[in-house]
Amino acid sequence: MSEAVLKLPYTKEDFVSGQEVRWCPGCGDYSILATMQRTLSKFDLPIEKYVFVSGIGCSSRFPYYMNTYGFHTIHGRAPTIATGLRCVNPELSIWVITGDGDGLSIGGNHLIHCMRRNVDINILLVNNRIYGLTKGQYSPTSEKGKITKSSPYGTIEQPINALCVAIASEATFIARTLDTDPTHMSYILERAAKHKGVSFVEIYQNCLIFNDKAFVPVTGRETREDRMVYLKDGQPLVFGKKKDKAIRLKGLYPEEVNYTAGGDTKDLLIHNEKDENPHYAYFLTQMEHPEMPVPFGVFRAIEKPTYDEMLDEQIRQAQVKGKGDLKSLIYGPNTWKVGS
Amino acid sequence: MVAVKSKTSANTITIRFAGDSGDGMQLTGDQFTDTTAVMGNDFATFPDYPAEIRAPQGTLPGVSSFQIQFSDNIIFTPGDQADVLVAMNPAALKVNLKTVKKGGLIIVNENSFGEDHLKKAAWKTNPLADNTLKDFQVLKVALTDLTRNALKDHPLKGQEVDRCKNFFALGMMFWMYDRRFEHTVAWIEKRFAKRPEMVAANIATLKAGFNFADITETLQTQIHVPKAQLEPGVYRKITGNEATAIGFVTAAQLAGKTLFYGSYPITPASSILHELAKHKVYGVKTFQAEDEIAAIGAAIGASFGGQLGITGTSGPGVCLKSEALNLAVMTELPLVVIDVQRAGPSTGMPTKTEQGDLLQVMYGRNGDSPVAVIAPKTPSDCFQMALEAVRLAVKYMTPVIFLSEGYLAEAAEPWKLPEIEKLPKIEIRHPKEEKDPFLPYSRNPETLARPWAVPGTPGLGHRIGGLSKADLTGNVSYDPDNNQKMILLRREKVAKIANDIPDLTVEGPGSGKLLVLGWGGTFGAIYQAISDLTQEGVKVSHAHLNYLNPFPKNLKNVLSRFEKILVPELNMGQLIMILRDHFPGVNFLGLNKMQGHPFSVFEMKNKIRELL
Repeated sequence: MSEAVLKLPYTKEDFVSGQEVRWCPGCGDYSILATMQRTLSKFDLPIEKYVFVSGIGCSSRFPYYMNTYGFHTIHGRAPTIATGLRCVNPELSIWVITGDGDGLSIGGNHLIHCMRRNVDINILLVNNRIYGLTKGQYSPTSEKGKITKSSPYGTIEQPINALCVAIASEATFIARTLDTDPTHMSYILERAAKHKGVSFVEIYQNCLIFNDKAFVPVTGRETREDRMVYLKDGQPLVFGKKKDKAIRLKGLYPEEVNYTAGGDTKDLLIHNEKDENPHYAYFLTQMEHPEMPVPFGVFRAIEKPTYDEMLDEQIRQAQVKGKGDLKSLIYGPNTWKVGS
Repeated sequence: MVAVKSKTSANTITIRFAGDSGDGMQLTGDQFTDTTAVMGNDFATFPDYPAEIRAPQGTLPGVSSFQIQFSDNIIFTPGDQADVLVAMNPAALKVNLKTVKKGGLIIVNENSFGEDHLKKAAWKTNPLADNTLKDFQVLKVALTDLTRNALKDHPLKGQEVDRCKNFFALGMMFWMYDRRFEHTVAWIEKRFAKRPEMVAANIATLKAGFNFADITETLQTQIHVPKAQLEPGVYRKITGNEATAIGFVTAAQLAGKTLFYGSYPITPASSILHELAKHKVYGVKTFQAEDEIAAIGAAIGASFGGQLGITGTSGPGVCLKSEALNLAVMTELPLVVIDVQRAGPSTGMPTKTEQGDLLQVMYGRNGDSPVAVIAPKTPSDCFQMALEAVRLAVKYMTPVIFLSEGYLAEAAEPWKLPEIEKLPKIEIRHPKEEKDPFLPYSRNPETLARPWAVPGTPGLGHRIGGLSKADLTGNVSYDPDNNQKMILLRREKVAKIANDIPDLTVEGPGSGKLLVLGWGGTFGAIYQAISDLTQEGVKVSHAHLNYLNPFPKNLKNVLSRFEKILVPELNMGQLIMILRDHFPGVNFLGLNKMQGHPFSVFEMKNKIRELL
């Protein structure tokens, strides 16, 4: 049920639906929801233009809590429904909310194909490295050896790296953010919203109940400055409590080096999110804990024609000389007459 | 000197062209059909080919056949058995021998009956030299040599020359059945416009075949099949899949909607995708999805977006789509799922026909999940039923299953074209901005349909999904009474469609000993059988169900007027199971065939006689 028509400018509350939020207290999803509501309220797109589409899982309840159009679909299939919706309506701002199980396991196929087609939608993959809604089985992003209800002897599976999948699928916008840094998350959501083409955002999210502190070794208060590196376009990859470390290339591999603000950057790796070639973005995805600091920010943001735009263009081209009439469709090229 | 040949006439002829998958038999059949159409006969065709694209040359699995029956009468089937079989090689002869009438004519390419070809086709001895063909007339023609000879002054080489031989055979058949070859000549000129040497060679071969038949002493009589008394009007040749595609484009235009077709290639539904992909000038959007699930998902997305979402597949694809189909049931969005059935279970026989998916589309989902199910009965009827599928889907906000069959999909027949101006508009009303809180699960009192509110409409923001829905608001609800109420409401909504569909009509006596109750593509064989038997003075009636869920309201009454109801189906008895559930006490009897082939008129007549 929705209220009377809301007018611009919006407040965060305008984006809050009447439905009671039912995530566990302390769940990282609360922060993602609030950041989304706050971020969208700053834009001047009418609220009826937003559609949230999700699959199945804890994070997939998201659409119910947004006071916009929403579609809580079936496990893994949200990108397909969002694709069809986008193909018939170029004006909507479409957001797919998925998780590590929904997006990378049961829905892996759709995720890949949606990204390679460059369908103009925004995909948020909320990664908590566990199955929450089914109460604690390992997920495709769970680390090898992880002990869960379905892996009492430890998993024997190599985890999948969400951003590698995005790069391999030639997604045109790829980013990573985290639930505990709403400012950064809001910046990334805004960038994703403004990107024309598919936007893929991985959000590190904490599942308090089944996988608490999964990301703390990287994002924890004590360690984050040394183990996270925030990407800034055109800037070296600087990190460390004193901003005294950066990355340089040693052959094909990254290497930590000392850095002084304002110093010489010529040997350092300089972030270039507009690199058309996927090599560099892939390289960044391979910077993993504990060997290297983990990058957050926009890995890649390039321009390519979108699927929906090309689909419309083909129709426009076909109709240059006018739309087809029913008679020529039904009659076809060959007819014959019987009788008078 | 060549003797003057005689000309006789016949009412109905069945011809079967058979050869290797690469021999161009489908093309040959199509050309014969096109000319037959222009010459005013009624006809029905039956392409019959393997799933393998090019099975090893000369082998039994590689045989591709095309059958056409044409007549000066109105006919409904491609003919039980052929008067003439054209067999391009020993394998084609072996596979198709049982399809020829006793005393029928078999034309073979004798050049292809060498040792190795006989061996590949598993003939122990040469059937042209022993008693195998004693029940038939056999005309041995050196098709390969004659084609090479006809093209000896042409620039084409080797294989390209030999590939023309189907036109030699076609030319012979044109002479035998007194057809003009101009239509095919025009087709060749268009088809090979960029290769003048191919145009010249194919036309030369066609004419050489025609002249050979005219000159050879073994063919003494030309047979003429007069024009049929078809209803006056403009006609075109149409296959079921073409009619389906054109029907849905037309429906979208009549509804003022964009047709969005999500599909994943699958035999025998793919040609619908191919056809629709051509129609961008009508604003049709086709989406070749990564899999069957994505295909229906995208179609649901398009429907949610306020346009016409359709997905098409065959039985195995329906299995994959069932969860998403249930989402459309729960969210009460309009959607059409085309199922062009093929022989199952599992991969089954992909190019062969069956009616094995009725129970799957009716019941193959978790929970109580009613959908509307309709089935076309002839290739051209696919057009009309496509309009119906869309009309019902958008009016009742429900998925509709369009249950076609491989046999209908590929069979061709003449179609008397509808008057475009008389096609009824499909009315759709989307709710607009309103002052009161919007209730996405409120209902139209007549149809029980919920409002189709389109994203982008101010003030109507709402959330839908697969979780149980609260009445009116559509909010997530685990309330036990509400859940039961919603399940019953969805059932009632689909049941109400019965008020909106035509009554079942009975052909023949309105009551009596036996009613044959068919559905789908069995129509032709049933109709022909009953019409033949009626002429013989047998009293039997026919009714055909286009609507399988819900049934027409008068079905119970119709059934009550007959002692026995024969239900022929190309499955183990799926409709009969549903009928027995709905109408206990009625004497239903089955005729069931699971061979990948449609019923013959012969077996239909036998069964009817047995029951009388």
